[in-house]
Amino acid sequence: MRKSLKTALAGSVVLVLAACGSGGSGTGGDSATGEISYWLWDSNQVPAYQACATAFTEANPEITVKIEQFGWEDYWTKVTAGFVGGSGPDVFVDHLSKYGEFAQQGQVIDLDELIERDSVDTSVYAEGLLDPWVGPEGGTYGMPKDFDTTAFFYNTAMLEEAGITAEELWAADWNPSDGGTFEDIVARLTVDTNGVRGNEPGFDPSSIAVYGLGLNPHYEETGQMQWANFTGTLDWDYLESNPWGTQYNLDDPEFQETIGWFYGLADKGYAPASGVFSEETLTQIGSGQVAMGTNGSWATNSFQALDGIDVGIAPGPVGESGARGSIYNGVADSINAGSDKQDAAWEWVKFLGSTDCQDLVAEQAIVFPSIPSSSDKALAAFEAAGVDVSAFFSYLEDDNRTFLPPITLQAGEVNALAKTALENIALGNADPSSLTQVNEQINALLAD
Amino acid sequence: MEWRNLPTALLFIAPASIGYAVFLLWPTLRGIYLSFTDTTAFNAGELVGLENYQRMFADGVFLDSFRVTLYYVLLNIGLQTVLALVVAVLMHRLTQSLVIRGLLLTPYLVSNVVAAMLFLMLLDYQLGFVNAVIDTLGLDRLMFFGSQDLVIPTIAFVNVWRHLGYTALLIFAGLQTIPDNLYEAGRMDGASELTMFRRLTLPLLRPYLGLVLIVTVIGSFQVFDTVSVATQGGPANASNVIQYYIYEVAFSRSYDFGYASAMSVALLVVLAAVSILQFRLTRANTNDMA
Repeated sequence: MRKSLKTALAGSVVLVLAACGSGGSGTGGDSATGEISYWLWDSNQVPAYQACATAFTEANPEITVKIEQFGWEDYWTKVTAGFVGGSGPDVFVDHLSKYGEFAQQGQVIDLDELIERDSVDTSVYAEGLLDPWVGPEGGTYGMPKDFDTTAFFYNTAMLEEAGITAEELWAADWNPSDGGTFEDIVARLTVDTNGVRGNEPGFDPSSIAVYGLGLNPHYEETGQMQWANFTGTLDWDYLESNPWGTQYNLDDPEFQETIGWFYGLADKGYAPASGVFSEETLTQIGSGQVAMGTNGSWATNSFQALDGIDVGIAPGPVGESGARGSIYNGVADSINAGSDKQDAAWEWVKFLGSTDCQDLVAEQAIVFPSIPSSSDKALAAFEAAGVDVSAFFSYLEDDNRTFLPPITLQAGEVNALAKTALENIALGNADPSSLTQVNEQINALLAD
Repeated sequence: MEWRNLPTALLFIAPASIGYAVFLLWPTLRGIYLSFTDTTAFNAGELVGLENYQRMFADGVFLDSFRVTLYYVLLNIGLQTVLALVVAVLMHRLTQSLVIRGLLLTPYLVSNVVAAMLFLMLLDYQLGFVNAVIDTLGLDRLMFFGSQDLVIPTIAFVNVWRHLGYTALLIFAGLQTIPDNLYEAGRMDGASELTMFRRLTLPLLRPYLGLVLIVTVIGSFQVFDTVSVATQGGPANASNVIQYYIYEVAFSRSYDFGYASAMSVALLVVLAAVSILQFRLTRANTNDMA
């Protein structure tokens, strides 16, 4: 067990270094020169931003950009440790659910002054992408870079076998009490080990060969990878006001009914129980044991690359309100307050948020850039690659609904509380009504 | 003692003591100090008295994580010690082969992270080899890491697998100190292998077993890597062991170094108490051979 002892020691050393190193906010370099580091979490996007970095250095020969990528979990640990130890990136891709704490603690810089100084036109960004990056006490902490929505990826062959057309799936409706025609479709897509479909007599929900709907093992207060496409059709929002609300609405009966319906799909045999799959829907659909599953627009390429499986994309179902709904999540670039190359960092951030870079990113057909003219190019690039991504844009149409993930302070603690509560419901240890008590806990936390 | 040797002596002691002071003593003292402050990852913080400790005893997640850790230690140490003892005695009585000793140690050469990844793949509910075998045998697949009931036994098993050979070697070293003539005498008196194990091996091995237990129990309480890689404390906190919870509080939940330090100090106190108790109970400092 010597290894774990070492880990513990390393941990305490970090704690000590932390205590010594905090409080040192950068003063900013005089000239925009040198090498700056840029961190991101999505490995699929590295080539696109490498292209941007090359173009940037061509235009600014005195600045070079070193791109580093870490997986989502490690990423935030490293970013935090970087703030603490003073060794973090100069510029990093920031997330709405994370930046509030960083902004409040002065770890990322307010870009307002710089935006004004250089007269950067922030109206080029698609509507609603810059606003959520305005901090709890004003100030702008990120330059929008791309956005994502979530939809349902499905195995086209399985859809066909079940006698369901893509049009039918697109037209599906949903309600929290019986799941509407969407649940019918999921039932028809489900096949037990005797070959009986979920809507047929004699179906055995305890022995499933193909689940109609996958379940991402991501229990989060946003529900982005699980139930947000359903709760998004309700007359409901996470918070009384978003961003920077202090009152969660997890006690809403209709929300709780939706949660109950969603995790209840496993009892009906239509979805895998919690723990059956340890990987996300990409792997689940890839394994041939799941017909359809939620994922984000960022995963489109990975789904297209699945070996021997043709994947289509349909938007979330229409709810009783007559609208579809999806989280509209904008990712942005932030500057580390501890960076000693602030000027160079700002030049790079400006470039990242410009059409020059975003067009380059668009060409790679990986994500949707935050500037509409560039995201049109991305759309064209996806089309040229033969991928129909219109499902992700369907939420932006007039009748439909996009909404922000919940943006609050204390997001880490909120996430931990919500995660455990949701997982307990999925595991059958608790009733959806238990969210009322968790809601009180969270609101008490946010009231501090 | 010759005083003129002092400078040389100090020179030899220096590397170890500097290392000890920098990497152990100072962090420990610093950690104890931090536990009385409201220091966060980003702010130096001020003294807040016993606030963190009061919070600790009211924190259901903390108390639960202590319970989970205890359960893990019991399973891990119980299984590991019994198996290691059996393996060591087999090595001692049956073979002196260096190759076999080397083979036994191989899992220990695998890092905890790699071991966790390996078992994560092997034990996966859908795609894992083990569940494929279980399925072929006509039994129900098991959610090793995904079920609240199985997750701690599974993690305990993974770490037993990794540490068994190492622990067995430590015990084996103790066995080698037992003179052969005792066993010869035993055989002359017509004692069976089992009787000799109970009457000779176990009593004479006691001080070594005692020390092995102290070291492995401390290590076991500090389980972290396997949890961090395989389950992140889940499902629903079922494997949220104390070290993992401390890490989460300090680096992702609330960046609360003060509270995380308080929990670390609590763990330190518990470990010290457990070690002293074990030391006393096993009389690890005395030897019956003398």
